[in-house]
Amino acid sequence: MKLEILGTGCAKCKKLYETVEETVKETGITAELSKVEKINDIMKYNVMMTPALVINGKVVATGRIPSKEEIKKWMNI
Amino acid sequence: MLKIFAGWITYSVLSIAPGSLSGKAVSFFIYDIIKIFSLLIVIIFVISVIRSFLPPERIRGILARKNKYFGNLLASLLGVITPFCSCSAVPLFLGFVRAGVPLGVTFSFLIASPMINEVALIMLLGMFGWKIALIYTGSGLIIAIFSGIVIGTLKIENLLMEFVLANKASEGQFSYEMKWKERLAYAKSYTLQILQKVWLYVIIGIGIGAWIHGYVPADLMARYAGADKWYAVPLAVLIGIPLYSNAAGVIPLVSALTEKGVALGTTLAFMMAVTALSLPEFMILKTVMKTRLIVIFACIVGLGIIFTGYLFNLILK
Repeated sequence: MKLEILGTGCAKCKKLYETVEETVKETGITAELSKVEKINDIMKYNVMMTPALVINGKVVATGRIPSKEEIKKWMNI
Repeated sequence: MLKIFAGWITYSVLSIAPGSLSGKAVSFFIYDIIKIFSLLIVIIFVISVIRSFLPPERIRGILARKNKYFGNLLASLLGVITPFCSCSAVPLFLGFVRAGVPLGVTFSFLIASPMINEVALIMLLGMFGWKIALIYTGSGLIIAIFSGIVIGTLKIENLLMEFVLANKASEGQFSYEMKWKERLAYAKSYTLQILQKVWLYVIIGIGIGAWIHGYVPADLMARYAGADKWYAVPLAVLIGIPLYSNAAGVIPLVSALTEKGVALGTTLAFMMAVTALSLPEFMILKTVMKTRLIVIFACIVGLGIIFTGYLFNLILK
């Protein structure tokens, strides 16, 4: 599973990264975690509010930090 | 009701002598804290629910199709209900401009969104009453609309960085329709998030405000920043620029200072500068536009705010 966190490095973006990292650890799933920080790469996802979370190429949340429960729900597709 | 309750806590529970200076300050503090936090919880929740119907993708769709003047008006109104975080300024800006929203209309949105935000409005409503909150909102909207129209008329798209207009926004939309349960959950988490961010500032601001209310002699500020001091308005705007993230703490403080003689127009100008002109936002915007455009933007908005300050110093005597 591929998880991407979009954001230009603001405080909320770091918080989202940590939340996702913890969630992945809790579930024990092997997942590839990465940050997308270049504005042009972020715009490829057509996202206007950061931070945003992308799972397997699909934008699941923008402009907010979702809860671990939500993230787990999206991961168990 | 609330006043009686605050008085009861101060004089009966904390047994502070009625009529004393500290009693006045403490009951003022308790009254304001209860009032502001109830307002914050209720209003942010309601606005978040409304907001869940208008994600930026939808707003962009609405604005891309509108003509100039009506577009500026609509952009400013939509800016009011959109939350603004300076970290989202760049993606928002690119998303709008690349989808064909005119530059001036985009600026109207970018100005209104931080200036008329729900936390500032609630603090104004709670500390100054609905009339001042309304005046603030009205003049804020006019500044956003007017500045956007001026920037649109200047035709300065050449001051954007080259890469901005190099790509068109893809129309592949992220359009997920939330269910009511999710809207409420979103509103709840957003309200909590804002409260977490501002509660300390609010308490400290109200605390210092209550102290000023109880201890500082009336008219002290009138000597330095009364309506007859011409330099008070521009000075207030300059001081306001670096205070961006502390709007929640600044307003109760300013409210107390107004009581001690700062002219209301000066106060309004100060608060607008705190919310609308932000140094970190200018730095962030440098990735998408040349410094000249940022300077033009800051000057137009700054002049609008200074004008508003003088105007209400004249009217609200």
